[in-house]
Amino acid sequence: MDILNILSLALGEMISPTTITFVLCAMGLSVHFGYTGLLNFGQAAFAAVGAYGMAIGLITFQLPLWLAVIMGLVCSAIFALILGIPTLRLRADYLAIVTIATSEVFRYFMTTIGFAKVTGGSNGLSQFGKQFWALNPIPEADYNFGFVTYRSDQLFVLIVGWGTIILGALVLRLLMRSPWGRVLKGIREDEDAVRSLGKNVFAYKLQSLIIGGMFASIGGMIFVLNLSNVQPQTWTTNFTFTIWSVLLLGGAATILGPIAGGMIFLALISLTQGIMGAMVEMGWLPFLSQPDVAQIRFILIGLSLMLLVIFRPQGMFGNKRETQFNG
Amino acid sequence: MADPTTEVKSIAVGSAGPGCKKVDPILVADKVRRQFGGLTAVDVEHVEIPRGLITALIGPNGAGKTTFFNLLTGFDKPNEGSWSFEGKDLAGVSPYRVARMGMIRTFQLTKALSLLTVIENMRLGAQKQPGESFLTALIRPLWIKREREITETADALLKRFKLDAKREDYAASLSGGQRKLLEMARALMSSPKLVMLDEPMAGVNPALTQSLLDHIKDLKSNGTTVLFVEHDMHMVRHISDWVIVMAEGKVVAEGPPSTVMKDQAVIDAYLGAHHDTDLGAVSPKTDTTTLRATAKETD
Repeated sequence: MDILNILSLALGEMISPTTITFVLCAMGLSVHFGYTGLLNFGQAAFAAVGAYGMAIGLITFQLPLWLAVIMGLVCSAIFALILGIPTLRLRADYLAIVTIATSEVFRYFMTTIGFAKVTGGSNGLSQFGKQFWALNPIPEADYNFGFVTYRSDQLFVLIVGWGTIILGALVLRLLMRSPWGRVLKGIREDEDAVRSLGKNVFAYKLQSLIIGGMFASIGGMIFVLNLSNVQPQTWTTNFTFTIWSVLLLGGAATILGPIAGGMIFLALISLTQGIMGAMVEMGWLPFLSQPDVAQIRFILIGLSLMLLVIFRPQGMFGNKRETQFNG
Repeated sequence: MADPTTEVKSIAVGSAGPGCKKVDPILVADKVRRQFGGLTAVDVEHVEIPRGLITALIGPNGAGKTTFFNLLTGFDKPNEGSWSFEGKDLAGVSPYRVARMGMIRTFQLTKALSLLTVIENMRLGAQKQPGESFLTALIRPLWIKREREITETADALLKRFKLDAKREDYAASLSGGQRKLLEMARALMSSPKLVMLDEPMAGVNPALTQSLLDHIKDLKSNGTTVLFVEHDMHMVRHISDWVIVMAEGKVVAEGPPSTVMKDQAVIDAYLGAHHDTDLGAVSPKTDTTTLRATAKETD
């Protein structure tokens, strides 16, 4: 068993572009769920809308990268309006149902042959990353950081991604410590009370849905820029539930929670995969085959998440005082 | 207490009675009707709330008092009817706009925002905070000055309501009575013209009752109009200037407390025939026998 290799893979996973994507999506979800109390089970769709919006902007409309990014964000905001306007006046559970349905609808919409000219159908879109990679100022070389080695383009994605996360965290921190954030938290606790104090609850919920959705859209863009292609089957409900896991692991109403949660969660997945794979290889688990490992690690992770939510509902970084009350 | 007839003259135009005109009304409701299926919960022909006074809205359970509150504040929509606050039509206006006009309500089941601290609860009650709009929120200097003013007001109110020691605690950690106080203090953050309290005394420790009564009287002396729903007749008698009695959705009597409380029909039908005699503790024995009796009837 090459324990060093398994560990370095897990460490690499902690900061990988996939982690960056899930962290950004979870940050958005923290705005939705952690601060405003909106049950959004379609966060994958927000990521997908951003990714497709940008990719279509780059390919179909031949836009410069910055404009394509803005187009992705605008699409994301429109998507939030479509989701939010009919459902945000209703109880929280309705939003949950509508979001999960809409995200599936969006995914199937993208695979529809009728729109394949623009969306690429089930093959998705590719070859739109040129402008992004052209921005890379890092000289072509291999960069060794002790346990991992990165090529220049890999390093570039990581710097862009983590830079975005730091910037996003600062913005969230500013927002959540402002009176605007206070209104959101009030809505999470009791929206009728906030309404009775003269706040337009509906508008705040809509703003929250848009802002949180945009975080996910940026995450989606980084995901597809890194791969240089966008595939419809990426954005399944699995994607959404991974985001939820990351958020709950870190702590829903925190700024650092989604970041640390994402790093730890994805490292854990890589670690269980590595360790169990190695154990199967050495014949320690005769009842399992290699393909089973990929499934079983998710079972283990699901189990640990259940235990986490039961015994530490505030997540790793949540305020313990908050859970003393069944508010 | 002043002579009832002179009291009536200073408040109402003509004699006191259901739907009578007021000298200076702040809130006027006309033909407000709300039906839940076949049940008419509220059917108010005409009612006026006098400005600058404390008005009590009483009536038995199910009389439609809370529904009427919800209708007036926009939390529920009537089947028909119109009502205006300071001459401005309020029909179809959303609750947050009603609140911004200066008509703030509290709830029968207190709505303290549990996982916000007491001081944050208070700050949320303030209005005209530019930092509550998204773009200004990002730029601290644009709202920090107003935030300081708000905090000052909040601290003064917390002191008045003796909640200043709880300033940094989560509202969830307060007792039921303290939450009532917090909700009332929070409602006052925007210096409303009309405060509507839905059962302010329900669940409040008797030790706190007197201070709550004083707070409500203070409101009046500061020029705020108070309208409250209450079952506690002691409170109604002691602090209200005017009493409106509702039953089965309709306004059935109006007048100064001294007169209304003496109205035999009101007493018998809506307050219970023994409202001022001490019935003593209800013994569990009578309770179970009544239960058995009802059980038999339903069988």
